[in-house]
Amino acid sequence: MTHPKSKLGGRPVFVVDGARTPFLKARGRPGPFTASDLAVNAARPLLARQPFQATDLDEVILGCIMPGPDEANIARVVALRLGCGNATPAWTVQRNCGSGMQALDCAVRDIALGQADLVLAGGTEAMSHAPVLFGTAMVAWLGQWTGAKGFASRMQALSKFRPAMLTPVIGLLRGLTDPIVGLSMGQTAEVLAHRFGITREAMDAYAVDSHRRLAAAQNEGRLAEVEVIYDWQGKVYDKDQGVRPDSSVEQLAKLSPVFDRPYGKVTAGNSAQVTDGAACLIVASEEAVQAHGLKVMGRIVDSEWAGLDPSQMGLGPGHAVAPLLQRHGLDIHQIAYWEINEAFAAQVLACLAAMADEGYCRTELGLSDAVGEIPRERLNVDGGGVSLGHPVGTSGARIVLHLLHVLKAHDGQLGVAALCIGGGQGGAMLLERA
Amino acid sequence: MHIEGENGGPRMAEEQPPEDLGTRGPYQHWRIERDDAGIAWLYIDQAGSGTNVLSSEVLRELDAVLDELTARPPAGLILLSNKASGFIAGADVREIASITDTKAALALVQLGHATFDRIEALSFPTVAAIKGFCLGGGMELALALRYRVAVDDPGTRLGLPEVLLGIHPGFGGTMRSIRLIGAPAAMDFMLSGRTVDARAAERLGLVDRAVPERHFRAAALAHATRPPARRRPALVARVAAMKPLRPLLCAYLRREVQKRAPAAHYPAPYALIDLFERYGGDERRMLAEEAQSIARLATGSTARNLVRVFFLQERLKSLGRGETSAKPRVHVIGAGVMGGDIAAWCALRGLQVTLQDRAPKYIAPALRRASDLYSKRIRDRRQRQAALDRLVPDPQGLGVPKADVVIEAIIENIEAKQDLYRAVEPRLKPEALLATNTSSIPLETLAECLKRPERLVGLHFFNPVAKMQLVEIISTPSTDGAVQSQAAGFARRIDRLPLPVRSAPGFLVNRILLPYLMEAITMLSEGLPATLIDQAATDFGMPMGPIELADTVGLDVCLSVGGILGRHFGSPVPARLEELVKQGHLGRKSGQGFYKYRKGKVERPAVPKGHGANDDITDRLILRMLNESVACLREGVVEDADLVDAGMIFGAGFAPFRGGPMHYLKERGRDRVAERLSDLAARFGSAYRPDAGFASLE
Repeated sequence: MTHPKSKLGGRPVFVVDGARTPFLKARGRPGPFTASDLAVNAARPLLARQPFQATDLDEVILGCIMPGPDEANIARVVALRLGCGNATPAWTVQRNCGSGMQALDCAVRDIALGQADLVLAGGTEAMSHAPVLFGTAMVAWLGQWTGAKGFASRMQALSKFRPAMLTPVIGLLRGLTDPIVGLSMGQTAEVLAHRFGITREAMDAYAVDSHRRLAAAQNEGRLAEVEVIYDWQGKVYDKDQGVRPDSSVEQLAKLSPVFDRPYGKVTAGNSAQVTDGAACLIVASEEAVQAHGLKVMGRIVDSEWAGLDPSQMGLGPGHAVAPLLQRHGLDIHQIAYWEINEAFAAQVLACLAAMADEGYCRTELGLSDAVGEIPRERLNVDGGGVSLGHPVGTSGARIVLHLLHVLKAHDGQLGVAALCIGGGQGGAMLLERA
Repeated sequence: MHIEGENGGPRMAEEQPPEDLGTRGPYQHWRIERDDAGIAWLYIDQAGSGTNVLSSEVLRELDAVLDELTARPPAGLILLSNKASGFIAGADVREIASITDTKAALALVQLGHATFDRIEALSFPTVAAIKGFCLGGGMELALALRYRVAVDDPGTRLGLPEVLLGIHPGFGGTMRSIRLIGAPAAMDFMLSGRTVDARAAERLGLVDRAVPERHFRAAALAHATRPPARRRPALVARVAAMKPLRPLLCAYLRREVQKRAPAAHYPAPYALIDLFERYGGDERRMLAEEAQSIARLATGSTARNLVRVFFLQERLKSLGRGETSAKPRVHVIGAGVMGGDIAAWCALRGLQVTLQDRAPKYIAPALRRASDLYSKRIRDRRQRQAALDRLVPDPQGLGVPKADVVIEAIIENIEAKQDLYRAVEPRLKPEALLATNTSSIPLETLAECLKRPERLVGLHFFNPVAKMQLVEIISTPSTDGAVQSQAAGFARRIDRLPLPVRSAPGFLVNRILLPYLMEAITMLSEGLPATLIDQAATDFGMPMGPIELADTVGLDVCLSVGGILGRHFGSPVPARLEELVKQGHLGRKSGQGFYKYRKGKVERPAVPKGHGANDDITDRLILRMLNESVACLREGVVEDADLVDAGMIFGAGFAPFRGGPMHYLKERGRDRVAERLSDLAARFGSAYRPDAGFASLE
């Protein structure tokens, strides 16, 4: 089946297989794995079960926002650590929360255009390893100090030192704050909650549901893409750590808002958790599938990226989904299953509300009618960022991979994976099960 | 001629093959090239050998080279090797081995001394440019030059490992290393016999510069044309070597050496310390006495036996010249102590390894042990990371169809192993090696379930894998010869010593070791103190007494192996062993066996009054090993007596200075040993009856 309206054109692109690490909750200090460790751990078993060699890959593309100081172009670090060989090029992409999906999209384009046949793509993030930095004043002072020769100029430099210069810059907090509008990501969720009248109770109920769904998926073995990983102290990590199966609306109600104190509604309990994790997929052309005798999970049919007001970045999925469906002449109900990354419960709920709202769709999306309502039972059926966590560069790859598993498990044909992107963007991918 | 070409240096070996006599000039083993700047580049390139060694012939010719250099002095001299294998691997061990009288030894040593003295006296700057092995005599030659530059690469190793051969440096290396880096560092360097890379040598002061290969020639040239100040040891080190402090330093060194090597068995380190203590204040005198000392040592029995061990090692290495792919992929099934450590070792040696067990929790402890091992063995954190990345936990066994070598190391249970083989065999690559680490199940039995039984081979490692060099390569009559040689080649590829052994209960090492352990336990039951028994063994030169060894191996393991072998050879297992295992006292791992262990350290009770060492104890232990060795030889478990010795030295640590059980037997006299066995048999039972094989021994 072809989709002539796909923007991609060119050759069809298949997802062959994928794997991810368990998502490990950040516990206020660097976790056991760096971002490259995570990606290596996700991809090693993935490659091990392929009939081809790691060196057969044409390229490796990873999304990552905050690679460690020893992980410049982390995709290349990972590729070499995986034994893909010197001759396999690798590159890293950064589109904030969309990085993992962007990596897939890059792989899709290279394959569609005939520039590659077999690509390892995905995302990795060790948010617990986010750097803590010196401020500009301290760096400037250090520069002066190292340049100072002789006693007098050293004393002069010393006299300019102020203890306040030692105040660290917490990389993670800065990274999660919009550089243009100055709102933290949580605050953008507050903006949406206000605009669409999302109550605290609705958010908390959504969060509880997310945990319940993930717990059920874990118990029923529906997370086949999760690989067991090991640290070097002899510890085994075999499941996502963020899940709280026993969480309740009453409990969540006790939490205080963290972003807009004291009147806000967005709490740690109804936001995505700060988490470490990686997800990798093998994307292939028809030629590669045939040459290596690969089994196919599905097709990446098309993708769409959209931009919007950074202070309402959480609505990005709607902005990307609408043109994607329109281009393919698809009605919202023709999509069997959905994954919309849960950055915040409020943000997902606002997204759903916006897509169902005729006024919003007319004015903001230029449509004649509402996109429609996504049934909750077809959305994030096995939990999402609120329960799993949202390792920023990884989530885009995770939702694509998991959606393919969901389509298979429930015998669905088409699926859409979408996410909101800090800075005011949205991304969406249309998938078709094999 | 100008030879500082753009790609000069190490490529010379390829550009000018050593066999090309046309370019050799007047010398067999040396070649001088003078460049436009007046620097003489002196290449050592021993004819008819892949490696440079300082034989007397090479030394004599060097003397002639020196004549030429003195007659027409260059602006500077750079000494380097023309061989890919390295600089100079040492003195000629074969030549040393062939010298039996002290006078001849002294003559050879003095030839070296005279030549090196001439080099030291040259009026122009001299530089040793070192890439690859620079050991023993080669290192001593380098020390006689004014400067040393070395390539910082994994292949470059420098050392004075003479003590490992039962001698000490003999071409002036004792005095010159002390003069260069100070007595504390130099003595430690020589006494340990360890080798170091270029960077460590630079830190020690042994080389002036460690440089990447791309700057090798430039660095050598710089030292020859703009000679810097020469290195001297730090003041503290110089003071430590002076008269009032020297005896203190030597007393300390003796104490340290005693922990590792008793003077009665290993005279060389003590001779080295004596040499320094007596003559350390007088360079000329020290050189003269060094020559005397080494001539004595080289002809002594310890040195001769250690040289023998060196050749045994070379022989085992040569047995591993089989064909193996350059980087075989390894899949290990069973992540217990043996399997996990084998996998970790293979990854350490650069191979891609998958490690399988029933569930992740069984694999995780092996990964921790691997990580501990790598932290000790690999300094560079990137190399360490790479080794860790090569070791892939694989609970699903995904590595099987991609592996070139599959090693099974699961529990010693015939059904379990056969079930596993049945599941694995259809998934193997057609040319893959299927190996088992079993120590007690006959390979014939295991092979029964295979469609292709000829591909099964035993790779029997010893615990701890990272320390024990030997791997028994076990084959049955139906094992394909090519498979066996591939297995031996694989052992070499991971830097272990392969010993081909016929499939027979206990194979070689365990079979010979077991009577020794059982006899020790029997003696214990007779009322002899454990400490006394162990001491008899360590005094003989065993690395560990049999009682402590049994505790270390694990009494449950001893009981199981003892039972299996005992049934086969009709020798009962001592009741004491069964009792302890029943009580849950399994040895070191459970904190109590024959001894008690506190934090893994043995608590050895003092020998009660009324007990003393006697020859009976030693002979009861050692002669049972000898008797079993003879039996193995008679049954053709290994090909010849030397291989019995090699197996026992590298697999069980049998006193190396005694040259191995068969060599010891020969030295002590076949008939006298047989007689003594008969004597013991009369008093202690039929287990001592001399084996039928004694009659056919040469």
